[in-house]
Amino acid sequence: MYELFKNLGGWLTSGEQWAGPDGIATRLAEHLQYSLLATLVAAAIGLPLGLLIGHTGKGAFVAINLSSFGRALPTVGLVVLVFLASGLSMWPVYVALVALAVPALVTNTYAGMTAVDPDVKDAARGQGMRGHQVLLQVELPLALPLIMTGLRLALIQVVATATIAAYVSFGGLGRYVFDGLAQRDLVQVMGGAVLVAVIAVALDVTLAALQRFLFRHRTA
Amino acid sequence: MTIDWSWISGHTDDLTTLTVSHLQAALSAVLLGLLISLPLAVVAHRVRPLRGFLLGLSNVLFTIPSIAVFVLLLPVSGLTRTTTVIGLTIYTLVVLLRNTVEGLDSVPTRTKEAAKAMGTRPLRTLLTVEFPLALPVIMAGVRIATVMSISLVSVATYIGDGGLGQLFTDGFQRNFPTPVIVGVVLTLLLAVVADALLVAVQYVLTPWTRRRA
Repeated sequence: MYELFKNLGGWLTSGEQWAGPDGIATRLAEHLQYSLLATLVAAAIGLPLGLLIGHTGKGAFVAINLSSFGRALPTVGLVVLVFLASGLSMWPVYVALVALAVPALVTNTYAGMTAVDPDVKDAARGQGMRGHQVLLQVELPLALPLIMTGLRLALIQVVATATIAAYVSFGGLGRYVFDGLAQRDLVQVMGGAVLVAVIAVALDVTLAALQRFLFRHRTA
Repeated sequence: MTIDWSWISGHTDDLTTLTVSHLQAALSAVLLGLLISLPLAVVAHRVRPLRGFLLGLSNVLFTIPSIAVFVLLLPVSGLTRTTTVIGLTIYTLVVLLRNTVEGLDSVPTRTKEAAKAMGTRPLRTLLTVEFPLALPVIMAGVRIATVMSISLVSVATYIGDGGLGQLFTDGFQRNFPTPVIVGVVLTLLLAVVADALLVAVQYVLTPWTRRRA
């Protein structure tokens, strides 16, 4: 056990391991690229959808069911399925990651919108604000903390799951996990897993700090 | 992407075995998760300083990717079912612990005081007053944890377990979509059925919520 951790420490800190086209630095950049792009696409789909459902109050039933459906959908199966349908391309990775992130974003955005005090919305309308003005100037800012929570949740899940890119022969930190498993090299497997966990936690902490900074003037 | 129906009819035995094994892994994790989080939630509910620590800890555990959890457990429990169940249990904790604490918080103070005034002992109050009243919130957590576990079992296919997840590896390696489609459909089906059963259990266990309505 001690020997394993010593080797793991050596693996994580050796300069050799960090450099080159299959070095940790490259894999880390790939992993972040997959995760951030997928989260952005998911946000572009999920945020407007959540805002629309929250603003109009229509389709809430669909949104809630979508989220439990999304939770039940096995990501590994989805990746393989899209892979078999589309062949060797980045589609399987992005489809699976976006499908994973959208439900979390929609439900949290919707939850944020429903938490806005109806009196505040009435007051905004009473002052002559139009529908889109109420949405963008009143509801959205008030719902923002919960929307940010949804974004954090989605990003963590996506970063964790982006390991799957390596399963369909692409890069990212999952490379170490899958290559290590194939080569029965436990140090490499654990090194990859530790790196994924570290960047997931680091991104979450960063976004939490950003969230606190952005909403520092608000009293809960 | 056509479905080979004869493959399905020829493999009903395998499919049944995998489905049962899948469900076993997910349910063991949820039961184990409950066994751990119920006492911990009581502690978190009663001892304020520990509350933030316990909930924070379960949040951090949740951030660790499932594949990483399985892999990090390898030196401890190897390529076994135990690894799968421990890994899944860690994931259920965040939902179960938070919901149980929130459920206990939602019990009105007056109700607890009334129980005390009638001479009910603390443990009995916990078991016959607080837990039953917290049940709807706890059950909401159990439902989320169950659906999540059923979906996550397939990740354990990388460490040689994974129930229906094995169909994904099989279909991937042979470039044959049928097992993959069947695996996805059966997983979704298991999740829907388990969720419906839990709703029914809650309905039976909490008759007072119906009488009020």
